Amino acid sequence: MLDISASSLFVILVSAILVNNFVLSRFLGICPFLGVSKQVETAFGMGMAVTFVMSLASIITFIVQKYILDLFGIQYMQTIMFILVIASLVQLVEMIIQKTSPTLYQSLGVFLPLITTNCAVLGLTILNIQERYNIIETIFHAIGAAVGFSLAIVLFAAIRERMEVANVPNAFKGFPLALITAGLMSLAFLGFSGLV
Amino acid sequence: MNISDIIIPVISLGGLGLIFGGGLALASQKFAVEVDPLIEEVENALPGVNCGACGYPGCSSFAKAVVAGEVEVDGCPVGGQSTAEAVASIMGIEAKVGEKQVAKVICNADNKQAKEDFDYQGIKDCKAASAFNGGSKSCNFGCLGLGTCVRVCPVDAIEITENMIAKIKPDICISCEKCVAACPKNVIDMVPESQEVVITCKNEEKGKIVRQKCDFGCIGCQICVKSCPFQAIDFDNNLAVIDYDKCTNCHVCVEKCPTKAIEGDINKRKKAEIVQSKCIQCTICKKACPVDAIEGDVKKEHMIDPEKCIGCSVCAEKCPKDAIDMK
Repeated sequence: MLDISASSLFVILVSAILVNNFVLSRFLGICPFLGVSKQVETAFGMGMAVTFVMSLASIITFIVQKYILDLFGIQYMQTIMFILVIASLVQLVEMIIQKTSPTLYQSLGVFLPLITTNCAVLGLTILNIQERYNIIETIFHAIGAAVGFSLAIVLFAAIRERMEVANVPNAFKGFPLALITAGLMSLAFLGFSGLV
Repeated sequence: MNISDIIIPVISLGGLGLIFGGGLALASQKFAVEVDPLIEEVENALPGVNCGACGYPGCSSFAKAVVAGEVEVDGCPVGGQSTAEAVASIMGIEAKVGEKQVAKVICNADNKQAKEDFDYQGIKDCKAASAFNGGSKSCNFGCLGLGTCVRVCPVDAIEITENMIAKIKPDICISCEKCVAACPKNVIDMVPESQEVVITCKNEEKGKIVRQKCDFGCIGCQICVKSCPFQAIDFDNNLAVIDYDKCTNCHVCVEKCPTKAIEGDINKRKKAEIVQSKCIQCTICKKACPVDAIEGDVKKEHMIDPEKCIGCSVCAEKCPKDAIDMK
């Protein structure tokens, strides 16, 4: 049986959410982080979509790694196999969102299919393998990463909503200030580094 | 080299792809969103410029609104009549459309004809210039010719002549009305495309003052009002106004206007011609002609005096046998 202690799972979770936050510490998934963070609502929707894709992708890639790649010794096929899994999942999520929430589908726009190429998802799945996590740890790591991503993008969207009405020098309006803000948030998250 | 080194990756990758593909095919049926095929058809019939002149964000949202019945089929000002008809035929209804309206600068006085009050050296923008004492033109109603409309036009239909006046090419204009909104002088109006006779002055001041300021201004003499055979010209605020529904482009006012404030090319005036083979000599045209240019009695050959004919095409419209051509 797998040897897992509750504390080690908690450490993985907290480390993925705060210490090694995918966006602010590992700098993965910057594209949707900047692209879909104008409104808290859409940012939250994006976060949920990424959460769904990340959780499912980690489980499936774990199985693929263990029962296809490791079994046949073709680990070099990892990247293409994982991308295949992620792309299919994103297609599925896109269909579900289009059916259930057309408004969210419209506001996410092109960034929804772009989760396919979102390096945060691929990065997560590959990290799972590199860290030699077992299936339970993988799931917790995925949830942590997804929550971390959602947390970062929702916080960032909230800040940007305020900045929209703030009196900002013309040269900094829009993306320049967004990038500076992202940098400051990243610095702030650096404060968690001693946590685990 | 072992053949299985190739076979296994191919099979595993292909197999995985097949499984996911099948799963997605199933899911796409389960989560299929029913899109009204009409929406796509309507969208294809639209110009696809996404200019937003209809009041919707783009052509596809306009198409949705049309199918939902929120907006009339002729709601696209850019496509004009042909698009409205295409959309109407898709929707299975008759299009009741007006003519395409094009933007027109209601001022023909460039810096040669209109006096300048001062030499403007500021930013080359009409809004900036008009903020400074209404611009350098002594006439406060005229085109400043600094190109604010040129910069908003999405299809480059506007150009500024060398003498600083904006000219809009009606064949390129897509009726998006962006220039109308951008012009700080409100000197751009929407005019039916086939309208050839247009009063090109907006100055509401008294005739004497207008005469001092501009050679092309409407001085309010009302000669055009009196001379119009169709009572199509009204007088309001010291300005003559043409009712485009009544106007027949007969160019009589263009000839009479003492200051050339009415635009129109007299050489383009059409002439009525009777096709004798079709004519049944009923004298209806003779009675309808406002300038008595048609001679003839019942059962006698009708003739049109081209010297008198003003090309108003009233006779052609009245003729029961379509025996009159406008050339």
